[in-house]
Amino acid sequence: MRRRPWAAGLVVFLGLVLSGGGYATATNIVQAEAGSPVQVEEGRKLFLANCASCHGTNGEGAIGGPSLIGVGAASVDFQVGTGRMPGQGSGPQLRAKPVQFTQEQISAMAAYVASLAPGPAIPDEEYLRGDGDATHGGELFRINCAMCHNAVGAGGALTEGKFAPALAGSTPKHTYEAMVTGPQNMPVFNDANLTPEDKKDIITYLKYIEDNDSVAGFELGSIGPVAEGLFTWIFGLGFIIAITVWLGAKSN
Amino acid sequence: MTNTTDTSTTDAKPGFVGGAANYLDERLSVSAVLKGFGRKVFPDHWSFMLGEVALYSFVILVLSGTFLTFFYQPSMAEVEYNGSYAPLKGAQMSIAYASSLDISFDIRGGLIMRQVHHWAALLFVAAAGLHMLRVFFTGAFRKPRELNWVVGFLLFLMGMGAGFTGYSLPDDLLSGNGLRIIDGMIKGIPVIGTAFSSGFFGGEFPGTEVVARLYSLHIMILPALIIVLIGVHLMMVIIHKHTHYSGPGRTDDNVVGYPLMPVYVAKAGGFFFLVFGVVAAIAATFTINPIWNYGPYDPSPVSAGTQPDWYIGWLDGALRLAPSGWDISIFGYVIPMGVMVPLIVSLLFLALVAAYPFIENWVTKDKREHHVLDRPRNAPTRTAIGAAGVTFYAVLWAGASTDLIATNFQMSLNQVLVAMQIMLLVGPGIAYFVTKRACIALQNKDREVVLHGRETGRVVRLPHGEYIEVHETVDKYELWKLIDYKDYQPVLARPDSNGKISLSNRLRSAVSKIYFEDRIAPVSKAEYELAHADHAPEAVEEKPTRKRKSIDA
Repeated sequence: MRRRPWAAGLVVFLGLVLSGGGYATATNIVQAEAGSPVQVEEGRKLFLANCASCHGTNGEGAIGGPSLIGVGAASVDFQVGTGRMPGQGSGPQLRAKPVQFTQEQISAMAAYVASLAPGPAIPDEEYLRGDGDATHGGELFRINCAMCHNAVGAGGALTEGKFAPALAGSTPKHTYEAMVTGPQNMPVFNDANLTPEDKKDIITYLKYIEDNDSVAGFELGSIGPVAEGLFTWIFGLGFIIAITVWLGAKSN
Repeated sequence: MTNTTDTSTTDAKPGFVGGAANYLDERLSVSAVLKGFGRKVFPDHWSFMLGEVALYSFVILVLSGTFLTFFYQPSMAEVEYNGSYAPLKGAQMSIAYASSLDISFDIRGGLIMRQVHHWAALLFVAAAGLHMLRVFFTGAFRKPRELNWVVGFLLFLMGMGAGFTGYSLPDDLLSGNGLRIIDGMIKGIPVIGTAFSSGFFGGEFPGTEVVARLYSLHIMILPALIIVLIGVHLMMVIIHKHTHYSGPGRTDDNVVGYPLMPVYVAKAGGFFFLVFGVVAAIAATFTINPIWNYGPYDPSPVSAGTQPDWYIGWLDGALRLAPSGWDISIFGYVIPMGVMVPLIVSLLFLALVAAYPFIENWVTKDKREHHVLDRPRNAPTRTAIGAAGVTFYAVLWAGASTDLIATNFQMSLNQVLVAMQIMLLVGPGIAYFVTKRACIALQNKDREVVLHGRETGRVVRLPHGEYIEVHETVDKYELWKLIDYKDYQPVLARPDSNGKISLSNRLRSAVSKIYFEDRIAPVSKAEYELAHADHAPEAVEEKPTRKRKSIDA
């Protein structure tokens, strides 16, 4: 049988359409509800005034910052909502700092960026209540998150001055958004990787360990045996040496 | 003893205690033992109590550990957890981990006992280490105590082993990660590694047997060895008698201190409870090894901030600081130098520590017994070597927490690593040089104090108008401390009966030169008398004579 020259092209085209479309529906990254036109316009103004110098006037990216097309509302809500954006200084990693905008302004900017292209949306309240399965969440956390963030989210080091921040004090919403958008050096955990239910369980686990103090006394930063060793040498042995000096002193 | 009790023993019927004591004495001749043993004299100094701290920590370990054995189950069979800790409810885990969680959450007093046990373990090795440093820096390892140094060294190793096996028992994520590193190290040893690892773990890591094996090591073999070695260690202390610091009337032929009975027994007994109290207070207030945070062991996850307990830290640091890319390949078999280099370096370091008394003795050729301790400054080269060793160990130790140093001080992990690699090579040299110079400077200062007295800061104008600072002569006790040390001289390499100088002789002479070329001689009687002959307040500043390069000529 003789093959027509355009047949191969057609197959490739169909393949791309099917896999791309399938991916879009499967991963559910299309924003559920777009912001109102007024909110989007308000967000655009804020964006032009505060973000455009680095991210370009249409969010297409510029020398200072990456393109925001397709990053979604969740990304804006996380980066601006934790104070990491607008960025300050250059270094291996942007740090959280006091938030520069009201939640209303952040939502407007998020709506504007979401209007540029579909991307991860701000999560529903139902995933953030912390009423999931903490055991399952803990297991997922140890497998997916603990190698950078430590088993109880105390944080850890990455290469070249980058780091995984401590998770205590992070709101469930920001935690969820970080998982779904992968800010800075963090990988993306999309819904195919960890389902929204899985994310809910992880948030439940984190909420449990944040709300419940250690039953065993002060935690020494939850950073493990290094803190325990230093404590032994400095305070344990230090105190005991003080006792030996007292016992060895000549009585008056 | 008062008169009334004297008469009561002869005339009146003895009380219950007296009767019991008499009963035992007639059958076991306890009094003879006590008479000899009770008169053992121990000198008083705080630094002599560090070994005692280690001993008491060990007693605490045995007591709390016995409690833990009633509830701990060393099995790696899978169960579903149904205890009190909510975020693990329903999780699959080994019985070992489940029983450790039960000890922590469901057994009355279990958590405090676990914490007492673990804090006491950290303290045990720390106190033993500090005791070793005291013995090293005061030269207490010299003849006749070289063998006891080796026994103490073995005790320290056993402490590390007992600690590590205990750390691995809960079978949580942290301990499993630690075991995985050990497994990797064993497998990295060429030829025998793989077979040895599968023998130890009973097949492929983690297997189902290792926890039970570690348990046997932890509760039987290692504690038994420690008890035997402690016995030998203390027997030797009794045989050698205790050392003492120099002072009037303290010589290499006597011991000045209090007798064991009753002063020392009371003091030591009280001290045990103080140490126990400190450990209990820490255990009641501070979390240690919160195993519930780490979750059950599973070979796939590794938590950030995974470190061993402090005494294994220097070995972990050695692994971290070893540069990558040194591997060599022989006939297609890779020799992983990232494992072999740390292994060889740490074994060499340990061998040097164990052999030091013999090395120093070989250099000094000193066959006398030493019971009077050195002040560290009076053995500048030994002190400098010790400082270099401490620095080397400390850098390796700090190397185990490169990640925590990087995050907590906001530095780059890679640069912290490079800085530590440089420190490891350069640090000991700097420490050696600085310490040696500091010791010699201090000795110089001592000479000046002996000859010219202490500066009082009181400036006086003499009748003829001259200003002097009044110096105060040191008293006899102080004087002893400052002048009572032996002045070693470098040994020359001399030809033997065949007229040849052997290689080992040359080597010894070279090392001896490093040890004793730069030295400050103690003030001699003649010098002292000369300086104090016309004792008007001393005003003239005299540079002390410094013997340097005395064997050149």
